[in-house]
Amino acid sequence: MTEDFGQMRELHPDRDSETLNLSFWPGRVPLRQRWRNNGLSADFLGDYVTTFFPLDDSTPASAPRQAQIRGAVSFVANELLENAMKFHDAETPEPITIQLSLDAELITFHESNAIGRAATEEFKVFIEHLRAADPGELYLQQLEHNAVSERSAGLGYLTMINDYGAELAWRFEPLDGGACRVTTQVTLKL
Amino acid sequence: MNALAGDGYQAEFDSAAGCVRLCGSLRLGGLTEYAPISQLLEDALDGRSALTVDLSTLEFLNSSGIATLSKFVISARNRKDCALTIRGSSTIPWQGKSLNNLKRLMPSLELVFD
Repeated sequence: MTEDFGQMRELHPDRDSETLNLSFWPGRVPLRQRWRNNGLSADFLGDYVTTFFPLDDSTPASAPRQAQIRGAVSFVANELLENAMKFHDAETPEPITIQLSLDAELITFHESNAIGRAATEEFKVFIEHLRAADPGELYLQQLEHNAVSERSAGLGYLTMINDYGAELAWRFEPLDGGACRVTTQVTLKL
Repeated sequence: MNALAGDGYQAEFDSAAGCVRLCGSLRLGGLTEYAPISQLLEDALDGRSALTVDLSTLEFLNSSGIATLSKFVISARNRKDCALTIRGSSTIPWQGKSLNNLKRLMPSLELVFD
């Protein structure tokens, strides 16, 4: 049964929005080699959206606004891809995908990957904790108590929420053999 | 001068100037990969009463890098014997958003934006 944490939005390409999709099959190339592509893909998404926020000589604020949006998209995409590469269950024949959607008010990311049964339960506990806590306090707690481990996705999500005003939601869809396809949604208001 | 470099970044400690400079884009894969940079920062604190960390040309830092920087700031705070300044750039968007959190970890931190 599909389970949502937070409000998931359906992303449909239409004449009022722009969408971009990237897919990866991470098992084909070692993670270390693949890692470099996270940055390239994230920067590509950041550069891509600048087309829709052009520089305007008569509006001085257009340059910092474009830089802010590019920086936010690049940071969020990079974190989502890093998490996907770290947590994806390579045994499951599913790709990692990231979709970016841009309309007049929102930039929405959907990053999707497979995770195994044990990791699914652990992740759901983490999400519940994140949703119940004050994100500003949790951020400081994580740093103070050195709770940032190699496999922690927490600080990336908390940075998106605290520093970029992002809203996060998740969808878990069961796959055969107890694994799940998990979609992380990040929404940035324009 | 103690220096490190990797794909897209450089880190250097200029002992005479009392300054660690991080440049480029840092997107290393977790705290283990950040360990050499952590060590460079920790070494720079040793026996020093003032240190500047110059990030004004650090275009990108992922969350593992933010964690590394935060651990360093906590370490400097706990030593109580080194005045720490972090220099950032107001034209690099992530810095305006994320560097202020470091002041919450160490209120005496001097945060300067060029």
